Amino acid sequence: MPTEETETQNIEGQTPFTQAPDNPAEDKAEPWGEQTRIVGRRHGRIDGFERVSGGAVYPSDVSLPGLLHAAILGCPYPHARIKGVDASAALKLPGVHAVISSADADANPEWHQGGRIFNDTCRYEGEPVAAVAADNPYIAADALKRILVSYEELPYVSDMESALADGAPKVHPDGNTVKTDSYSRGDLKQGLEQAAVQVSGQYRTASEMQTPLERHGCVARWEGDQLTVWESTQGVYAVQSRIAETLGLPLTRVRVIGHYMGGAFGSKLDAGGYSIIASVLAKRTGRPVKLFVSREQTLLTMGNRPPTRMDIRLAARQDGGLTAIEFTGRGASGAYSAGGASLLDWLAKDLYQCDNVATELEDVYINAGPARPFRAPGYVQCAFAVEQAMDALAEKLNMDPVALRLKNIPKGSPAKDNLPYTTDGLRLCIEQGAQHFGWEAARAEAAKRQDGPIKRGVGMAAANWFVGDGGPPCTVIVRLYADGTANLNMGASDIGTGTRTVMAMVVAEELGLELDAISVENADTGTCQYATPSGGSKTVPTEAPTVRRACLAVKDQLLDMAAKQLGAGRDQVVFAGSEIRTADGFESLKIRDLDRLSNQKVVVGLGERRHNPDDVSITPFAAQFCELEVNTRTGEVKLLRMLGANESGRVINRLTWDNQLIGGVTMGIGFALTEGRVLDGPTGKLCNANWHDYKLPTALDIPPELISDPVMLNDDQANIVGAKGLGEPVTIPTAPAIANAIYHATGVRPMATPINPLDLLPRLNQET
Amino acid sequence: MTSRKTEHETPAGPDLSRRGFIKSWGAGAVAVTVGGGYQAQAAEAEEQPLAAEALSRVELDVNGRPHSVLAEPRWSLLHVLREELGLTGCKPGCERGECGACTVLLDDVPHYACQVLAVEAEGRRIETVEGLLDGETLSALQAQFVKEDGLQCGYCTPGQVMAAEGLLRRNPDPSPDEIRSAMSGNLCRCGAYAHIFNAVAAAAKVRKG
Ligand code: FES
Ligand code: FES
Repeated sequence: MPTEETETQNIEGQTPFTQAPDNPAEDKAEPWGEQTRIVGRRHGRIDGFERVSGGAVYPSDVSLPGLLHAAILGCPYPHARIKGVDASAALKLPGVHAVISSADADANPEWHQGGRIFNDTCRYEGEPVAAVAADNPYIAADALKRILVSYEELPYVSDMESALADGAPKVHPDGNTVKTDSYSRGDLKQGLEQAAVQVSGQYRTASEMQTPLERHGCVARWEGDQLTVWESTQGVYAVQSRIAETLGLPLTRVRVIGHYMGGAFGSKLDAGGYSIIASVLAKRTGRPVKLFVSREQTLLTMGNRPPTRMDIRLAARQDGGLTAIEFTGRGASGAYSAGGASLLDWLAKDLYQCDNVATELEDVYINAGPARPFRAPGYVQCAFAVEQAMDALAEKLNMDPVALRLKNIPKGSPAKDNLPYTTDGLRLCIEQGAQHFGWEAARAEAAKRQDGPIKRGVGMAAANWFVGDGGPPCTVIVRLYADGTANLNMGASDIGTGTRTVMAMVVAEELGLELDAISVENADTGTCQYATPSGGSKTVPTEAPTVRRACLAVKDQLLDMAAKQLGAGRDQVVFAGSEIRTADGFESLKIRDLDRLSNQKVVVGLGERRHNPDDVSITPFAAQFCELEVNTRTGEVKLLRMLGANESGRVINRLTWDNQLIGGVTMGIGFALTEGRVLDGPTGKLCNANWHDYKLPTALDIPPELISDPVMLNDDQANIVGAKGLGEPVTIPTAPAIANAIYHATGVRPMATPINPLDLLPRLNQET
Repeated sequence: MTSRKTEHETPAGPDLSRRGFIKSWGAGAVAVTVGGGYQAQAAEAEEQPLAAEALSRVELDVNGRPHSVLAEPRWSLLHVLREELGLTGCKPGCERGECGACTVLLDDVPHYACQVLAVEAEGRRIETVEGLLDGETLSALQAQFVKEDGLQCGYCTPGQVMAAEGLLRRNPDPSPDEIRSAMSGNLCRCGAYAHIFNAVAAAAKVRKG
């Protein structure tokens, strides 16, 4: 479980290290401009072969001589004291090599928030109680069944309301409030008085679970005092420092490798308890140990998007201009502080122009698995409230929902003292999306299709995302070899977004090479440069300018060589594709023909991520549009088509861009319609701890028409590549766009996720 | 009623055979799994029950090659493909028949390898994603997954490819709806479905020539 600090570090884009003093604040280079050779094209992945052939070795595929398989025994209760652990029967089982638990002080280092890996009091179902290492996974499972644990069950709370009630059982001795927070600007009361109309409502969102296809886990191996961990992670360096800190090792003794990884969505930004358990078991047995948690354990213990309750009030003049926004949000961290209300009010205070805003947040402990950052933390939940409230306001004003939003577009970030935006992206997304979707015609046509039990509706929603700018620290190295091919070395993980391919395209573009002349090595603390975890939509805007910077450093050296060889002045030689020419155009040299390069064999270019300009707000924007049908006899929702317009600066690879969009919308569909953690009242246990009962969207749940419609512009103020982050903005507006379309179809406003037929049908019968 | 029994007899294997194991397994599970065939076997009262963790020889036909492995009767085909044969293209996602990451073909039909015992797979033609390649050359279907970017993290991808391969073998010219429904047993948490459909449709075209 990540600590609050981790989340701040990773998601709020604050940097854990101060910038090297000699790193100038400004990062300037001639922009690429409109005419690029490689960048902007649709490119299949450079590691596509490995990924479709079965050849890619994911951490869960790693096999080593003598490998043991580990498994974790989780607490079966939401809250319990452990009175004793008896592992003797398990240890007698042939093929069992070690059992560790809280009874074993040497195997139980300090872990997050004052706890240990194995705690004497378990505060959520599935919390680790013991772990085994055995010859194979079947024996490990047999061994778990032979560990006898005596528990004293304790009273528990599994929802926010009961956690805050008087006399509620306490998750931690200090009570069940993790923390509260508030924000205000202007004068809310005055804003409400100025208004001609107001709308208000209470919205709830269910807890959504990341459940990546590859489960959480690692393989750990010691060679003497040197630990190597193959981990399924978004950030090898983050895992390295967490393991080193927990086990009291110098950084240089811990190597973390994560060449491939099977998804995370925020849930693998940091090391897990499993990383430590595997390392301890490997040390104890003198054998490499593989530990991947079970699917049930990923749902119980590997993070979630916190459940929320949000009260929102919007007030506006008759012309639609917002005069006041009031937002109160509550979210549940789970059993440990984990950002339960983190960023929950940001869209309320930052998406639209409004002078008078007040928000309040409360984060609550409950006896359930701790949250982890989940793709656009806080934003996805808040959008469900804000963007439906905007829809309700438009209706009350008798305005078109698109027109209402266009009326309230800010020029700068309202929550950052109106720090000017680098683009007018919000307007562009809404206008372009509405036009390409055929918004007006579709709205009018749907309004005509209201006879009979199948009602048609069309809705939209918009969003921004406040850390699509990236930033330091990040270092990469580009090596150009004597034969004119190049290698890129960077620490960043490719979490499925196509980072390797995108960065190879940056190298190819800048060095005038073809894509197949580039190789990439990444995500290995033993051999690659430093990177923060890939998350928060900051990988492209962090790494891409750094990669270009490294290429520029290579080119600088090549120009020196060429000038000498041609007997020209240093300012007399320029790059022209893969050649270097004299400015007068009379002489030219292929890079391969540089004498100095063929002697030296390699040119090394170092790139360090420099600071972003501090006088602008570098922000990506999004708008989504949805057309659907609601069967008012069954409550079923059928999505017909969706379109996502995004402004994230320059499109580097159109193919992986589109893939991000369709993936983000698909995930948003799950959040809107099918996904939600169900904790059983009488037992506090998770009812849907598997993929049968916890419903991810399947191939049948996406609309037949799903269109990616990027706003093509190069945000050259943002950085020297002109690109911003995309991964979170693509999923933020989906649920409210669907909810608004459902309202348009039926006149029933969905107040909670998941919007399922069971909840919708009774309301359809009552309210229509 | 009898065909499965003969399929499972392996001349090379020791005569402990899985019949004993299956008998000790309980008639309920047997009936659910394969119907009458196993119940008939269970009637052979003279067989000795086989301990669940005892190793027995299993002959598997994987990607056109014979393999002989020692396996516990309870081991899944997924486990044997990965841990005994090193075919890690077959991925564990849930190991409870919910995600399709472990999809392989048995006699051309997609199956979840986590829900098939290795001993059950004897006598069947087992194909994994690795078997679709010709040396280092991708099959047309795999190539279209790359071209259309029918993947993100790639972890569900081998299973998606095998489900699609099964579809195209039984229906070389699927409609968009047939593609959607054939792929609906394979979860993709990255949500690349729309691109996966493009890849399958494009592959169908290429295969038709
Ligand atoms: S691992 Fe077999 S279906 Fe999920
Ligand atoms: S590509 Fe990641 S789960 Fe499908």
